[in-house]
Amino acid sequence: MKKFFSLLLALCLVLSLSAVAFADGGIAPEDLKIGMVCIGDNNSGYDIAHITGLEEAMEAVGVPAENVTYKYNIGEDETAADACYDLAEGGCQIIFTDSYGHQSYTQQVASEYPDIQFVAMTGDLAALSGLDNLSNAFNHTFESRYVSGVVAGMKLAELIAGDELSEENFDADGNVKIGYVGAYPYAEVVSGYTAFFLGIRSVVENVVMSVRYTNSWFDITGEAEAANALMADGCVMIGQHADSTGAPSAVQAYHEAGHTVFCVGYNISMIEVAPDVALTSAGNDWSVYYTFALQSMLDGEKLPHDWSAGYSEDANFIFPLNESIVAEGTAEKVAEVEAAIADGSLQVFDCSTFTVGGEHPTSFLALDVDGDFNGDEGEAIRDGIFYESDPELRSAPYFSLRIDGITELS
Amino acid sequence: MNNHEPLIHIARRSSIAWWKAWLIRLASAVLALLVCALFIYGLTNLNPVKVYAAMWEGAFGTSRRMWITMRDTAILLCIGVGLAPAFMMRFWNVGAEGQVLMGGCATAAVMIYLGRSLPTPALIALSCVVSVVAGALWGIVPAVFKARWNTNETLFTLMMNYIAIQLTCFLVAKWESPPGSNSVGIINQRTQAGWLPSLMGKQYLINVILVLAITALMYFYLKYTKQGYEISVVGESENTARYAGISVRRVIVRTMALSGAVCGLSGFIAVAGSSHTISASTAGGRGFTAIIVAWMAKFNTFVMILIALLLVFLEKGAVQIASQFGLNDYASNAVEGIILFFLLGSEFFIQYSVRFRSHGHRKEAEEE
Repeated sequence: MKKFFSLLLALCLVLSLSAVAFADGGIAPEDLKIGMVCIGDNNSGYDIAHITGLEEAMEAVGVPAENVTYKYNIGEDETAADACYDLAEGGCQIIFTDSYGHQSYTQQVASEYPDIQFVAMTGDLAALSGLDNLSNAFNHTFESRYVSGVVAGMKLAELIAGDELSEENFDADGNVKIGYVGAYPYAEVVSGYTAFFLGIRSVVENVVMSVRYTNSWFDITGEAEAANALMADGCVMIGQHADSTGAPSAVQAYHEAGHTVFCVGYNISMIEVAPDVALTSAGNDWSVYYTFALQSMLDGEKLPHDWSAGYSEDANFIFPLNESIVAEGTAEKVAEVEAAIADGSLQVFDCSTFTVGGEHPTSFLALDVDGDFNGDEGEAIRDGIFYESDPELRSAPYFSLRIDGITELS
Repeated sequence: MNNHEPLIHIARRSSIAWWKAWLIRLASAVLALLVCALFIYGLTNLNPVKVYAAMWEGAFGTSRRMWITMRDTAILLCIGVGLAPAFMMRFWNVGAEGQVLMGGCATAAVMIYLGRSLPTPALIALSCVVSVVAGALWGIVPAVFKARWNTNETLFTLMMNYIAIQLTCFLVAKWESPPGSNSVGIINQRTQAGWLPSLMGKQYLINVILVLAITALMYFYLKYTKQGYEISVVGESENTARYAGISVRRVIVRTMALSGAVCGLSGFIAVAGSSHTISASTAGGRGFTAIIVAWMAKFNTFVMILIALLLVFLEKGAVQIASQFGLNDYASNAVEGIILFFLLGSEFFIQYSVRFRSHGHRKEAEEE
């Protein structure tokens, strides 16, 4: 009996202790230590977007600025693991890595530090990794690309109405030719250019797009060459998913040589390098996710494996319009489209607006579970809508359908 | 008679006491730190002592940091040791970068293609062999051309680097996972097949032991074997070597095979023992940094340990001050540059004595 009581007492003690632990799960803002692993430093537009996002978030939730430790210029190799280990041992409670290629190293360290939260930004393995403390996050970049496509479409409509296009700008079937400079042929890029194309086509119906890949995220010369090849082929509008100013600069030069051509950038405003041709750029506001992640840490709540949001959470935007060259009424149209995306009445990947092999797609499996890089579960198309970056499935893009009207050239 | 004697007189030293040489090196190190301190304070107003403390902290602050410093020192040292015989022969092997990459690619190939069918000890032994062969091949090609047709080995080995880099990019595109990511990711992450094992719970201990063994063997080879002697004779003068009946061609090809083999083995250690992945940056410029290691140590492989450690220390310190004080990478590169400048400069004062025109002489000149 005595033994039973002492056992009961011990049990109560354990339970109450764990209850205390649960109630006390939060962290005071001044005690939250953050680690951030960057692939570049404050010279790279991509990293700047993440660093400013994190700093805005820290200010928003009241974490002092000195509580973050940055690791700059960390490659996608064992040094990424070194950096994560170092931050973990340095007492960071949450550690972010900002590049896709850091992910497998982040995962390795996360598996050894179950009490520390790791976030592989733009990654895709968290849910499959089986680790509770590894998360992924990705904004709905395709939404801002769609909106920037609408801006481009308005301009095209104006050019067509003003009869400013020449014969070489049309293909044999009378479609207007547009071009796109992409980095790599995988879902993130495919999803982006498809959204851009659909945005244009929502304004001008008769368009076709050619895509050229550079096989690099940052290659000023390669991006310029790709843009030049597309323009020489008659493309009158150039979009991009690569991080440099190579393409817009090339478009500006082509314009100065007397051609009619315009472009849309990404990540930073291109108006400075291409003042006469850059209409706008598609952008991501990472502070929305960083704020959510830090607030969850302060509240002692678990981060979901996947987080993704777009206009509905103000996580996406387009850079200020180049007022001197955009078509009349663009700002109003953009506001209207943005509001429609935000409230869900407009879906970027509405399957009734595009075809694959001549048919409207009805099924797409988003998740690869067995590691063969083909989707085998997770239906992304519901009621005729392709839900891209659905947090229920995965935050990283998986839209890899090649739709009719777009040709990949290289 | 001496009125044309220059103000500064530079003469080659015939010899220098070892303690004098080390005193000069020490003085240059102190001077380097002083100039860096001025640079740091002038540019950032930070306390230089604190910055130095942070660098120390970055390289040795925690046990893990110390092991990472050891791991990177081991690889740099191994490449330097590989370059030593070639340089001693006065064969300008600037192709270590490519030789390391080829060794790395060979190792990665074994891990990827045979990772499921062979047990780890066999994988390690096989990777070891193929990486040595791959590195040696990359060294032999320019050596044969040099020996047969007297081509310029500096250009040839340099060009071989670009071939190796492109070949690596091709293989990365072939092995990339997931497709389109342009990265191979961690090879055999789950099974750890083909990875060098931890010894006594220390992940990189085996790398360090391996490289120290190679270092000692190379020291012995260069200093006490007939082949080592042949290398230094060819290096001093090919004609002397020929006169002494040494087959210069054979020595050149054999020595470059050895040099490339050790560099290839460094690639094996880098892939199987450290990064467990392969990319064009696996060598990461270390093939070039190792040239400094080999030359500053005058091909004494034991001195190379110190030089390699110093360079890795500077690199780790630079990363730490970038993160701790928000100093950009360029600032830490400048610090590294200043320190290297002084250390390399000290060799000048060891090789040459510098005398100023003495007062006595000037007076005599005036009287005349």
